[in-house]
Amino acid sequence: MASAVERFDDKASETFESVGRTTVYRGELLRHPVYSRALHWMVALFFFLALFSGFGIYLPWLFRWFTPIFGGGQLLRAMHPWFGLGFVVFFGLQALNWLQPMIWTPADSNWMRNMKKIVSSEEKMEAPDTGFFNAGQKVQFWEIVGGCTAYLITGIILWVGAPTFGRILVAISYVIHDISALIMLGGIFIHIYESTFGQPGTFQSMTRGAVSEAWAWTFHPAWYKQMTGRDPVQACEEARRQMTTGNKP
Amino acid sequence: MADRKALQVEMISAHPGPVPGHGVQRNLEVCKLVDTTTCIGCKACEVACVEWNDMPFSPTTFDNTYQTMPETRWNFWNLIKFNEHQKEDGTIQWLMRKDQCMHCADPGCLAACPADGAIVKYANGIVDFNQENCIGCEFCISGCPFNIPRFNPETKRVYKCTLCSDRVGEGLEPACIKACPTGCLKFGTKDDMKFIAEERAKQLRENFGIEKAGVYDPQSVGGTHVIYVLHDATDPERYGGLPKNPEIPWSYTVWKWLFKPVLGTFALFGLLGVCLHYVTAGPRRTQPEPPRKGERNG
Repeated sequence: MASAVERFDDKASETFESVGRTTVYRGELLRHPVYSRALHWMVALFFFLALFSGFGIYLPWLFRWFTPIFGGGQLLRAMHPWFGLGFVVFFGLQALNWLQPMIWTPADSNWMRNMKKIVSSEEKMEAPDTGFFNAGQKVQFWEIVGGCTAYLITGIILWVGAPTFGRILVAISYVIHDISALIMLGGIFIHIYESTFGQPGTFQSMTRGAVSEAWAWTFHPAWYKQMTGRDPVQACEEARRQMTTGNKP
Repeated sequence: MADRKALQVEMISAHPGPVPGHGVQRNLEVCKLVDTTTCIGCKACEVACVEWNDMPFSPTTFDNTYQTMPETRWNFWNLIKFNEHQKEDGTIQWLMRKDQCMHCADPGCLAACPADGAIVKYANGIVDFNQENCIGCEFCISGCPFNIPRFNPETKRVYKCTLCSDRVGEGLEPACIKACPTGCLKFGTKDDMKFIAEERAKQLRENFGIEKAGVYDPQSVGGTHVIYVLHDATDPERYGGLPKNPEIPWSYTVWKWLFKPVLGTFALFGLLGVCLHYVTAGPRRTQPEPPRKGERNG
């Protein structure tokens, strides 16, 4: 099975690959192997557990109706650090898994300069040098790496508490922890939108693990070229010709 | 929990609106006066506190001093802090200070608390924890400049001295006051206690030659509803770590009331943003897109 990503922890991923399964049909490409997908959904699970339990601590007067889901305010508060730890651990594994494809390249700087055109859907296709991840995905990835570091440090300070770390450090940590959460809360809307409604055909990359070739040459042309050896623009034009001549409307 | 009928609430944690019933009754501020110069360290107040609040006997720690244990506990709210202080002339002085909640006029615990109604301040100055609303986040511990609130890991809630709000609400003095045999503890209105304290400090200065004697009523927290007469008011730290200038981080107030709701709304703009993007710019589809309706072929 062709692997898209040079993975850091090959042994773990091999184990996952022997457990799970990715079916790639003709005209499709393997996007995310089982290991990446399993990590992604574990990160997602713990993220939302930590987020929703965090609401109950952030604004208890607003989310009081919400806390019974977690067994009440006290239990919610007691579990929140564990949810957060799960999030940081699984995201840490994912970060190691994706470290190599997330490295910033000159192509990403170009992407950021052209972001306005991409966001406004002016450019139908991504620039030809857009690889496995585009710059927007990389920005979010590194934001979460930074956010997780902030969570971990400030979270441990808040968890252990004022008697050990002192009042002032706790007061500062509380603010940093919240700001980090708010940035991620804003980011999760964009992440979910881009992977579902914003770019149809993306969601299956995290469920089945495979994407259509058309999706690949549209959104990640350089990765398409690397995987198939064909030129993405030519492939697209060829498909367009076939579509207009082959199928009568 | 005290009787709400007798105690008018003045401030409620995480409660932005006006406090119901505030200002209906005339309410005098109460105050506990602790004269450290006449405390003999008998610990009757410790026992009275444990007895009245139905708390279990706490194991004591003997560390070659006259102090019962190093710090107060979630079920031990009143502790005589002992310090053997060596004066400049080489002689030794035993300092006894009754350590408990100071019931600040501007309580740091209440400012830090995010839970609605977990901490209330009554119009008579008593600051009280309502454990049924406490979520056990322990932010009050970092908000308190006197290191008073204590977390109980079993019930996952925070506890502290109530100034016997249940007794005061019924017109009685707190249990510790009732038990004190030397008259070093007094209870009354804040004005009266302040007057007595100042008179006592003056007496110590003029009649006993204790030049630095003074009253501890820190204005950095708006004054407290427990005040001390100290032999040396210039150095309260020596009385078991009484802070000279107790401070409440301003970040608590600004963060809780301004940035939390405002930034939370900004985060929701992310949701608004993607919805607007969907209806204005529309989704990005894989290329080539099938010919649109009415579009000519080839």
